[in-house]
Amino acid sequence: MKEGKPLWKGVPERLSHELKSVMEKLSLGGQLVQYLFTGVTVGSIYGMVALGFNIIYNVTEMINFAQGEFVMLGGLIMVLCAKVLPLPMAFCVTVAAVTAIGAIMERSTINPLKNTTVLTLIIVTIAVSILLKGIAMFIWGKDPYMMQPFSGTEPLHLFGAAIQTQAFWVLGISGIVVLLLTLFFRKARYGKAMLACADNAEAARLVGIKVNLMVLLSFALSAAIGAAAGAVITPISLMEYDRGALLGLKGFGAAVLGGLGSFSGAVVAGLLLGVVESLCAGFVSSGYKDAVALLLLLLVLFVRPSGLFGNVEASKIKKF
Amino acid sequence: MRRFGKGWGGSVTLTFCLILVWSLAPKAVTAKEPYKVGAVFAVTGGASILGEPEKRTAEMLAEEINKKGGIDGHKLELVLYDDESDETKCRTRVTRLIKTDKVPVIIGPSTSGNTMAVIAVCDESKVPLISCASSIKIVTPVSERKWIFKVAPSDSHSVERIYEFLLKKGIKKVAIMTVSDGYGSSGREELLRVAPNVGIEVVADERYGPKDTDLTAQLTRIRGTGAQAVINWSVGPTQILAVKNWKELGMTAMTFVQSHGFASKKNIELAGGAAEGVFCPLGRVNIPDLLPATDPQKKVIMAYNEAYQGRFKEPLSAFGGHAWDALQLAVEALAAVGPDPAKIRDYLENRKNFVGQGGVFNFSPADHCGLTKDSFEMVVVKNGTWALAQ
Amino acid sequence: MSRGNLITLSAVVLLLILFPVLVANVEAISHYLDVMVFVGIFSLITMGLSLLMGYAGQISLGHAAFFGLGAYTSGILCVKVAVSPWLAMVGGTLVTAVVAYGVGVPSLKLKGHYLAMATLGFGVIVNIVFNEEVELTGGPSGLSNIPGLKLFGLPLRGELLFYILVWSMVLLVLIFCLNVIHSRVGRALRSIHDSEVAADAMGVETARYKVMIFVLSAVLASLAGSLYAHYVGFLSPSSFNLLFSIRLVMMVVVGGMHSLWGALLGTWLLTFLGNEWLHVFKDFDILVYGAILLFVVMALPEGLVSVVPRLSHMWRRGRESEGGTGGT
Repeated sequence: MKEGKPLWKGVPERLSHELKSVMEKLSLGGQLVQYLFTGVTVGSIYGMVALGFNIIYNVTEMINFAQGEFVMLGGLIMVLCAKVLPLPMAFCVTVAAVTAIGAIMERSTINPLKNTTVLTLIIVTIAVSILLKGIAMFIWGKDPYMMQPFSGTEPLHLFGAAIQTQAFWVLGISGIVVLLLTLFFRKARYGKAMLACADNAEAARLVGIKVNLMVLLSFALSAAIGAAAGAVITPISLMEYDRGALLGLKGFGAAVLGGLGSFSGAVVAGLLLGVVESLCAGFVSSGYKDAVALLLLLLVLFVRPSGLFGNVEASKIKKF
Repeated sequence: MRRFGKGWGGSVTLTFCLILVWSLAPKAVTAKEPYKVGAVFAVTGGASILGEPEKRTAEMLAEEINKKGGIDGHKLELVLYDDESDETKCRTRVTRLIKTDKVPVIIGPSTSGNTMAVIAVCDESKVPLISCASSIKIVTPVSERKWIFKVAPSDSHSVERIYEFLLKKGIKKVAIMTVSDGYGSSGREELLRVAPNVGIEVVADERYGPKDTDLTAQLTRIRGTGAQAVINWSVGPTQILAVKNWKELGMTAMTFVQSHGFASKKNIELAGGAAEGVFCPLGRVNIPDLLPATDPQKKVIMAYNEAYQGRFKEPLSAFGGHAWDALQLAVEALAAVGPDPAKIRDYLENRKNFVGQGGVFNFSPADHCGLTKDSFEMVVVKNGTWALAQ
Repeated sequence: MSRGNLITLSAVVLLLILFPVLVANVEAISHYLDVMVFVGIFSLITMGLSLLMGYAGQISLGHAAFFGLGAYTSGILCVKVAVSPWLAMVGGTLVTAVVAYGVGVPSLKLKGHYLAMATLGFGVIVNIVFNEEVELTGGPSGLSNIPGLKLFGLPLRGELLFYILVWSMVLLVLIFCLNVIHSRVGRALRSIHDSEVAADAMGVETARYKVMIFVLSAVLASLAGSLYAHYVGFLSPSSFNLLFSIRLVMMVVVGGMHSLWGALLGTWLLTFLGNEWLHVFKDFDILVYGAILLFVVMALPEGLVSVVPRLSHMWRRGRESEGGTGGT
């Protein structure tokens, strides 16, 4: 026990352990706060991934099953960049690189498709995700990668519970992204044009909107947001080549829960999903926490398919 | 679109025909009859962290043996397949090794699940299998596992070693947290089974998924139970997360023990300083420098370490050692009795005092693993490296 | 059954009979019988999926769960209750049918991506249950020592006997499915695929037919699961995960989802590719697999059956009477 903290040096081992266990015990209230913090941390990750799904959905009404791979690439490229560049630079380079990958994906696989069905689109994006995963395995191998948090490793202690400072980064950046996206789609010319494509691509074309370009833009944008998500969550969760699928699944869940297409809905639903999972892990069973989150999702789908925060009227006229 | 489709279709069909013809082509026959050893490892897929070093080690060792003139002048031919961590594929590969490649002995698979999936095949075809996976179910009940051996220590060995160590430190209340995959659940079974026998009380039993992004909730729950030590059982990113979150929650006063799956220096690096003070049971193969000169394994371990690190420029993991032991055993058996599956099986069953990377093996008709808890040393992470824990 | 289908069927049967003879005589492929058993097992699932996806136009990303339900029910009944394997198989299909009905009724009210998500979520939940109910399923360490099948007191050991059993079942199911397609139900299904609203307006009970075909495809998957359990003798949750559900959908789409023959072709091709041929690419195989999928879906949206000209010609002639659709 020479390696342990010297605090109780000389105190008989047995006694010191009794002491420690008393010190370590946490009140129920403290536990609850800790679960909420954990839930918010994890939930902000889900929310961030969900945002990416929504952009493409808003323009094309399709779901990009490779969204999780953008996040994975964002994380891994960030690790690489952070080694040689200062953080803000590394972040920008990462986002730019993955944005390019998203654009290339759209040009090479989605754009050439003609007269597609939902099913074809689902399959194509799944195939792309397999490819991206394979490429990542080649470049980075199979080990997980770690990155230092943006602002120190020391967690913040609030109400007797600990929260990682990185969680604030994730929350802050997703907040900024939501704000920017909402503004972009409501106010900017390009944003409004992109939304018009989703409502009716034919009509949009007739009024002179370059639908083709808008779809490309939506892929680039969602890749950028996926990359940003990957870059900020890696210090919390580590990153490896095959993590994209699960992140994608949870993000997809959050997107549907919040109502496909709604940005603020996605973030709120992501947080909700994270908190429910964490509470379930804390009070019910940690093994079943994923199941509870999904069960919640199924219930919402069956009872209110437009999502918790989606517009019922709008969802009725959607194609899918 | 249809015309375009047809053109491509022709080339696709042609390609597949070529592949078919290629796979049908007879294998080249050499003048000297080589001895074959079949190998199947999880080189890709979820368990690649195990399979990759196993493949590298097996190929390296096979090369070394051939450089030294092979097995009694017979060239060693290692037929190695990747099961992609998939049970169905693993079964197909093993069938292929037996039916098509006609190997007299097989080493691998890497994981317990894949081993369980191929036991029936080996049993039916009467070909001995030396598994590199750890579950005790692989070799028990021994009456139903006539053709199956394993070189990885059982989880019970590791658990017994950990409990013995904790008791010596006066710790009786432990919390366990295990990953919900084959590795974690096998460890969990043993942790729960052995505890009452040695007087340890398990006060918390937490589980989590292999791709979970945060383990704070589980650790917080453990914190509320008054456990004196927490034992984490997983491989991959979650074992790093567990240590990181333990540190972040300020729980360092609670002794943290990792399973033998932590046995790679990469893990200490990944935890970025958070691993200081973490205990874990390690096979001696991971700590050649810490071994006393009198240790019977020191020589073979030093040699393997130097060769592996010199060639692959990466730290050694225990898994590669399993492949070394399995292949070395197979080669010795071939040298002693030739390529006859039944004779190889009998030879393996009676092999005593085999000094390998995982320990000193003593196989017997009642024990197809041949190791004890003493194949593990308890170590602690100190200044970013391993140190023996006293 | 149409003439085209009859000819194709005879050709397939002939190939199936010749295959073991070929395997027995060519040493380099003597393990192919084992692969073919898996192709057969997976074909049972993909034929059901083909009915669901290609004919009724509904996607499912959760069929691995039904496959798993059949496998685990069989395995648990045999290992823990010592029921006879054949009875356990029937038990598996019953359990699966009930679950599929319960999930199908609310799910199939959903469309497109929502349906995909619902079935996907269901599949993942079932997989978690396999993982967590350690007492029953053995958890991630798996369920072992599942007994093999016996037929008239004769144990079905080895690949050849299982090959015969599995492929006889596949042929029976194939004939059954071909008849379903050309029946009233089949026409109703196609009308749902073309336009659900129109079908509804014409008085087709779309909801009932959709659930019916969903349950049928689940039962077929369950049957496949039982066969898998008795063939491999060991089950673990990882064989029934989301990835496998996706692979099943891939098999149907690559082969050509508007045709049962496509499902068979896709299953055969992807199983051999994944289990055998891509092996030569070592670590590259995941890339090659992805590239092939991408290529097929993009260049041949109608699936591979549309490029085997003779086959597709026959198939089209067979479908002419119902006004079948060609390529785009």
